[in-house]
Amino acid sequence: MRHPSSLIVMRGLASPRNRKDFTRMFTHRQRARNACLFALLLSLPLAAGADKLVIPANAPPAFQAECGACHLAFPPTLLDARGWRAVMGRLDRHYGDNASLDEPARRAIEDFLVRHAGGDKVRAPVPANGEPPRLTATPWFKRKHHEVPDKDWQDAKVKSPANCGACHTRAAEGSYREREIIMPNGRPLEEEDDDN
Amino acid sequence: MRTSPILLTILMTASVQAATPTDLMKGYAAEASRQQAGFTPAAKRGADLYQRNFGISAKMPSCTSCHGDDPTQGGRHSVTTKAIKPLAPAANPERFTDRAKADKWFGRNCKEVLGRDCTAAEKADFIAFLTGGR
Repeated sequence: MRHPSSLIVMRGLASPRNRKDFTRMFTHRQRARNACLFALLLSLPLAAGADKLVIPANAPPAFQAECGACHLAFPPTLLDARGWRAVMGRLDRHYGDNASLDEPARRAIEDFLVRHAGGDKVRAPVPANGEPPRLTATPWFKRKHHEVPDKDWQDAKVKSPANCGACHTRAAEGSYREREIIMPNGRPLEEEDDDN
Repeated sequence: MRTSPILLTILMTASVQAATPTDLMKGYAAEASRQQAGFTPAAKRGADLYQRNFGISAKMPSCTSCHGDDPTQGGRHSVTTKAIKPLAPAANPERFTDRAKADKWFGRNCKEVLGRDCTAAEKADFIAFLTGGR
């Protein structure tokens, strides 16, 4: 990142032993700048590597139980609020499957998804066939996967680009690091510049 | 003896929730016999239901599309590839022990595969097939 030295110092912040030294070392202005940087870091998850996409702890029990029954319970940040409302409003037409829920569960899941939804970068186009928007059609998802060849998407082990776990071997735990990727040919992802 | 009230509560809760596949089958059969006097569940009709190609859903034309030809083996969701545990209670004791859960999945999957709700008779036959006869 831009200021590696600041980062090291900030890591020291976590340890109470260093706190005194830390306060002495910096002027108010520097501390303010570091605070800003720290805030920036916290806001980075989707902007940078997106190595971690964990499910917020306040997820209703129905979220894992229902969504996770058929597919990975997708991190809410992968689609914008409008998209999630469209998905949850048409569960009877859920990408070729009927995923209807009783209203209390449906509402609890929708509220949770909308509350933790992503922003404009994960706004998916509305498909002409009346299906809800897909989190695999957002500008962010496409950019992150632009180097994946068609044959990999069509591989029998993958079948759907929403099958995160097909290549992201620790997707179920919310971890999407590049070094955890195993492509359908059984090989790890080749080192490439991750240009976000 | 201090833990006994807690233990008792746990045991009672468990016993309230635990239904057997036979209980569920009888429940659906009772509903069916109200519409069709003298109805008794038949494993053979259930097997036919399980295997029939309804040709309604492109990716899920039959139960076997996701649950596999043999319900004592696991299946795989035909769209997402997620592993599905065996439907047959002999291979997966959790199956058909919760009426609400069974209703939910019959509701979804019948609409998707058959293009309509399953009748109570079909549900009873289906469980008869999965629990017993080949």
